[in-house]
Amino acid sequence: MKKYNQKIMPVMLIAALLIIWEGAVYAFHIPMYVLPSPTEVMKALTEEAGVLMGHGAVTVAEALMGMGISLALAVFLGIVMDCFPLVRQGLYPILVVTQTVPMIVMAPVLIIYMGFGIAPKILTVVLMCFFPVAVSFCDGLAQVDEEYVNLVRSYGAGKLKSYGLVKIPAAVPALISGLKVAATYSISGAVVGEWIGAQKGLGYYLLRVKNSYMLDRVFACVTVIVFLSLCMNGVIRLYQYRALPYMRRK
Amino acid sequence: MKLKVEELTFSYENRKVLDSIGFAVDEGEFVSLLGPSGSGKSTILKLLTGVLTPFGGSIAVDDRPVEGLSQHFAYMPQNDLLFPWKTILDNVCLYGQIHGSLEAMRREAKASFPEFGLAGYEDSYPSQLSGGMRQRAAFLRTALCKADILLLDEPFGALDVITRGEMQDWLLKIRRKLNRTVVLVTHDMDEAIYLSDRILILNQSPARITHEIVVEGRQRDRQWLYGQGELRKEIYDRIMAGVREVKTYDSSMAPQ
Repeated sequence: MKKYNQKIMPVMLIAALLIIWEGAVYAFHIPMYVLPSPTEVMKALTEEAGVLMGHGAVTVAEALMGMGISLALAVFLGIVMDCFPLVRQGLYPILVVTQTVPMIVMAPVLIIYMGFGIAPKILTVVLMCFFPVAVSFCDGLAQVDEEYVNLVRSYGAGKLKSYGLVKIPAAVPALISGLKVAATYSISGAVVGEWIGAQKGLGYYLLRVKNSYMLDRVFACVTVIVFLSLCMNGVIRLYQYRALPYMRRK
Repeated sequence: MKLKVEELTFSYENRKVLDSIGFAVDEGEFVSLLGPSGSGKSTILKLLTGVLTPFGGSIAVDDRPVEGLSQHFAYMPQNDLLFPWKTILDNVCLYGQIHGSLEAMRREAKASFPEFGLAGYEDSYPSQLSGGMRQRAAFLRTALCKADILLLDEPFGALDVITRGEMQDWLLKIRRKLNRTVVLVTHDMDEAIYLSDRILILNQSPARITHEIVVEGRQRDRQWLYGQGELRKEIYDRIMAGVREVKTYDSSMAPQ
C-alpha cells in the first residue's frame, strides 16, 4: 500500500497542477504567447511530433556520444587518480573548479574554437557529465575496503588484477549513481550547446520557436526534453537492474 | 610442510608491534596464536602471506626462505570478505580465477559444497546467506587454495556463541579430511584449547611469544572442553603474566 501511494501521489499531484493550470488559462483569458494551456501544449506536441522527433534524435545522439566519452574519461582518470595519489591531489581540485564555470558562458567559447558542427555540443555534454561520473567513481574506488585487496593479493593477484577483481567491481555501484545524475544532465547539456549555435537539435528548435513567440511549441519542446532526460536516467536504472542483480535482492 | 619463523619484527610507523617473534609448526599440526586484542596476532599472519613486509627476521617453509607473496599460505581473514557482486560459487573459486584454472576449480568446488553445508546455494549471493554459512563459504574459498598452510584470522570472531560453537565442531570434523597445517589466530581461550594441538601465547604489543602449551587429547568434544578448567586457568594466568601491570596511585593517601 505504501509503495502504491509513493507511485500514485506524484501522478495525482501533477494531474491536479495541470487541471489548475488549464482552469487558470481559461478563467483569466491568458493569451497563448504569455502562457499556453496544457491542452494547447498537447496539441502542439501532436502537430509537431515529426519535427520534434527529428530534432530529438540529433540531441539524443549528441547526449549519448557525450555520455560515452565522459564515462570512458572518468573510468580512465578514476583509475589513474586511485593508482597515483599525487595525480589525485593535483587533479581533483581542478575538476571541482571546472564545475563552477557556467556552461552558458563556455558554450559560445567552444563554438569559436570548434565551429558550428557536432563537436562543441558533444564537448558541452562532456563538460556537464564528466564531473558527476568521475567524482562518483573516484570516491567509489577510494572507499573500497583495503582488506578485500589484501585478500586477493595474498592469493597471488598483482596490482592490475586486483583492480579487475576487486576495486572496479566494488566501485561500479558508485559509478552508476554518477551516471544516473549525468544521464539527466546530458540532454540539457546538448540543448545548451545547440542553443548557442546549431542547425539541428532541440536547442535549435527551442530558440527558433521562442523567437517566433510560439510558446505552445516551446512548452512542447520542454516536455520532450524532460521526457528524454527521464528516459536517459531510466536506461541507466535498467542497466543497473540487469547488470547488478546482487543490489536488486537487497 | 614445516613452517619456521625466526626473529620476526614489525612496526606500524613508530610503534613497534612485533618484537622477535619465533615459532615452528610441523606438517599437519594445528597451532593457535593466542593473545590479548591489539597484540599483533593478525599482523603475524599478514607478514606470512606477504601482504606486509617484516622489518627483520625470516620466514621459511621446508627450510626454504619465503619472501613476499607466497603460494604456501591460504589466508582466511576475520570478516568473511565475500564479494557481494559474485555468487557463492564464484566467490569460493577466487583462487582459480586469479591463477587461470577457474573451470577445474568450479568442478572441485561444486563437489565440496555438500560437505561444507552449502549445497543448493551455488548461485546465491552472500547477502542471502546466514553468518555461519558465509564463514563456511569463506573457509571453502581458503581450503580450495592450492596452499599447504591455512592461516585463519579469528574466523569465527564475528559470530554469535551458538553459531561459533557449531562452526568449531564443524572445523574439527573437516580438519581431519583436509589434513592441512593450520595456524589460527584467536583471543578466545576455549577456541584455542578446543581446536589446537599447540597454543602459543603472546603478550601485549610489542608482542613476543611468552609461553607455549601443548594440548593433549585428540578425541575432543564439548564435554572434554568443559573439563579443561585447569588448562584454562593456566592459560589465563600466563596471558595475564605477560600483560603490563597498571598501578593506580591513590592521591588521598599522599602526605599533605
